[in-house]
Amino acid sequence: MKSKLSCEEVLSKLMSYLDHEENAESESEIDLHLHECRECFSRAEFEKALKRKVAAAGEVKTPEDTRKRLEALIKRF
Amino acid sequence: MDDQADRQAFFTDGVTRLMDRLYGAAMRFTRNDDDAEDLIAETLEKAWQKLDTLDDRENFDGWIMRILSNTYISQWRRNRTRSEIFDDEPCTHDLDDRDSLYAKLHQPFLLWWGTPEKAFLDNLVVEDIDRALGKLPDAYREVVIMVEVLGFRYEEVAQQIEVPIGTVRSRLNRARRMLQESLWQTARDAGIVKRDSTREETLNEK
Repeated sequence: MKSKLSCEEVLSKLMSYLDHEENAESESEIDLHLHECRECFSRAEFEKALKRKVAAAGEVKTPEDTRKRLEALIKRF
Repeated sequence: MDDQADRQAFFTDGVTRLMDRLYGAAMRFTRNDDDAEDLIAETLEKAWQKLDTLDDRENFDGWIMRILSNTYISQWRRNRTRSEIFDDEPCTHDLDDRDSLYAKLHQPFLLWWGTPEKAFLDNLVVEDIDRALGKLPDAYREVVIMVEVLGFRYEEVAQQIEVPIGTVRSRLNRARRMLQESLWQTARDAGIVKRDSTREETLNEK
């Protein structure tokens, strides 16, 4: 089956697709296009990798003294 | 084990396991060690008080991260100066893609795993992302944290920050573009791409 979407259409929905905000039909159409189009596939892989990098920045080693104070707080609950 | 001891053990275990995620999200929101610690402390107090409303213990992680986000949005950001002016005009896909990081780095005819953009991402460190996030206006940074770091749906972000879902999309698009511009600058400063180069010059050098 050939993708009905143009590269421009896929690009306009790509981030929303990667955020799982597209509906099932749109998601399938984009899946199909990415399967067929190397250029859009590469773009999607780049954006996915960048999203993973940003998500990973959300985990930071807690400084030891902060951790101790917060653990002491919980013990008082 | 009595109820109170069981609750305490469950809560302590969960918080201990999630501490670095709580701290990371709090740091990204507040950009300050002391404020991050205060935000977590307030989150933990609220979470403990509301623990009985947690219907399934399996959902603890998302539940407590939501409390952290809500606490920041509802209380902390009230204190910040409202001097920031940002453009909330609708912005879904009307940004010029030639300005995207991908367009600047990409070389056609190379497979993804051998491309300059892949190499660029591999060289990015947490500090680069941290700096780029820190440069975003608060209203933009918040939506990036909620979507990318905390994994919230757009609808949920819209409810938390009390704006239409279109505004969430718009802020997210602009925030991502600003983030990419900032990372591009980092790449130039680090010499990964030539300073002041155009895309063509960069490609010719490879």
